[in-house]
Amino acid sequence: MSFEFNGKTYETDDDGYLVNLDDWNKDVAAYIAEQEGVEMTDAHWEVVNFLRNYYQEYSIAPAIKILIKEMKKMFGPEKGNSAYLYNLYPAGPALQACKIAGLPKPTGCV
Amino acid sequence: MAEPAAEKTLLDIITEADTDRNVKGPELTGEINVPRVEEGRIVKGVLSGAKPYAAKPDMMTALGFPDTLVDNWEEAAVKRLGELLEKYKSLQVYLDICVRCGSCTDKCQFFLGSGDPNNMPVARAELLRRVYKKYFTTEGKLFGKLAGAHRLDLKLLGDWYAYFHQCSQCRRCSVFCPYGIDTAEISMAAREVMNAIGLGQKYTDMTIGKLLEIGNNLGMNPKALVNTLESIEEDIEEEDGVPVKLPLDVEGADILLVTPSADFFASPHVESLIGYAKVFHQAGANWTLSSAASEAGNFGMFIGNYTLMQKAATRIHNAIEQIRPKRLVVGECGHAWRIAYSFWNTLIGPFDSLDPKYPAPQHICEYTYDLIKRGAIKLNKEANDEFTVTFHDSCNVARASRMGNRPGGQFTIPRELIKASCNKYVEMDPETTKEKTFCCGGGGGLLTDEIMETRVAGAMPRMQALHAVMKSDGVNFMALICAICKAQFTAVLPRYGVPMDVAGGVHQLVGRAIELGAKE
Ligand code: SF4
Ligand code: SF4
Ligand code: SF4
Repeated sequence: MSFEFNGKTYETDDDGYLVNLDDWNKDVAAYIAEQEGVEMTDAHWEVVNFLRNYYQEYSIAPAIKILIKEMKKMFGPEKGNSAYLYNLYPAGPALQACKIAGLPKPTGCV
Repeated sequence: MAEPAAEKTLLDIITEADTDRNVKGPELTGEINVPRVEEGRIVKGVLSGAKPYAAKPDMMTALGFPDTLVDNWEEAAVKRLGELLEKYKSLQVYLDICVRCGSCTDKCQFFLGSGDPNNMPVARAELLRRVYKKYFTTEGKLFGKLAGAHRLDLKLLGDWYAYFHQCSQCRRCSVFCPYGIDTAEISMAAREVMNAIGLGQKYTDMTIGKLLEIGNNLGMNPKALVNTLESIEEDIEEEDGVPVKLPLDVEGADILLVTPSADFFASPHVESLIGYAKVFHQAGANWTLSSAASEAGNFGMFIGNYTLMQKAATRIHNAIEQIRPKRLVVGECGHAWRIAYSFWNTLIGPFDSLDPKYPAPQHICEYTYDLIKRGAIKLNKEANDEFTVTFHDSCNVARASRMGNRPGGQFTIPRELIKASCNKYVEMDPETTKEKTFCCGGGGGLLTDEIMETRVAGAMPRMQALHAVMKSDGVNFMALICAICKAQFTAVLPRYGVPMDVAGGVHQLVGRAIELGAKE
């Protein structure tokens, strides 16, 4: 599968996740977010950037607990929790945040 | 812009889906009503379009299957089925002895939840039985359709693909069949035949591929695993002020813990991992995880493939050789425990190097239970006073294994653990627990989002039974001992209007209640 955006073809998996990590850029991320009905704020971008940096280092998305711990550092204790994460990405970190960050969908028994 | 119209292959046609992944569950009433024809609730083929994604060519070849549907697929399928009949006598018996008594018809959660008559276990089995009759029985060869025989044509293969992926291989039907016919085994065989002709299911095949390539279902490499475990240690120390460790690859450790990789990654799974670590810590155990055996799960079983099951299990054998533990303990995972309990000995045994004083393998629940009985760890039930707890028996643990040295230990031990960890425990309707438990609806390779319609339907009976105790007793925590159950309920509860954090692990409760620190 694939989609066209700004004159470029983006290859995706069956669920619309980018296949190539390097295809990602802020514009296409914003476009995917729009399709998901997510309006990107600074907080959204910070989560996305953390996911991408983590993936680049470890070849896998961070565990939810690691992501939330990082959010605590970024946004303070009030917002470092899963309620705030789901507030940013209502369909959840795996389904929406990873998709917008251009990471593959985490699978397994999760 | 539209994609260029590629010509559809036969594989595309067979796997073409028509399903609603945004589906919500029906209203919860606390009653499990069997669909009835009179009420118009039995609708033929209503889930015929709920088909999972097909495996991609690279995923197929990685497992040794043809990359796509082979040209002579009918012939190849019959050949593979013939081989399976030779190899597994039970399969032939199950196909021969069904008397169509009907006892199993209303016992499958996927029928109860969907009203699709093809999800009656006898009807599901019939999809394969027709083909068996056609090619392997005299009456079928002579009388064809009159004898219920049918060739494996494109339409029937499409139905195989749909309905053998609406069976979680939970074996509930077999409990009610007077002949003990196990439809789970029939669905495993059907999936093995489909893979052998190049028709695989993406979720399962991709997951097996990751396990073989990277070492676990998640695809978490050792570097990421180290980072994750360190992060969890930090969390525990910050929260409890006690340096509880999650050791990795410690050669010579007494206990090797093998657990589903989801425990490292997902929530609520990780809370149980923390629970195991606290138990080991407080017991003063010298234990370790292994990066080579960083997965207890083994999806090879879901596709009935012995070779792949063995390959996956060999990693555990290798870890034992490397670490030389005295004991082998398995974390909370339903199908993994079935495989560990029933197949590890054949696949990778005998476990001669382990200490014969202990069961090999041993379930983490049994391990913890022994410590409690001996007074070696102490639990403070008040720590869980915010919860009224119930327990969902995982089908694979309930019906395909045991725990401890007494019959029924797989039922009593997890319950005893929960009761030792909290003050308020409530049972669900006994028609839905222990050996009669329903599957969560996500087992057997169905835990993938494109078939959410199947998963929501399959969860219905458990959701109704849960709702009943939520209403009557204020239950707000359903304890689980299976990674798939945890993921499935976390996804499905909200679709029934129930908060996702009602689902949690048994060792999550233990971990909250355990008293850390110096013993009196
Ligand atoms: S094994 Fe379970 S899911 Fe499969 S037909 Fe029987 S009851 Fe249904
Ligand atoms: S209960 Fe057993 S014998 Fe009766 S219809 Fe079902 S599978 Fe056949
Ligand atoms: S996920 Fe849990 S309930 Fe479902 S098949 Fe596996 S062990 Fe059974």
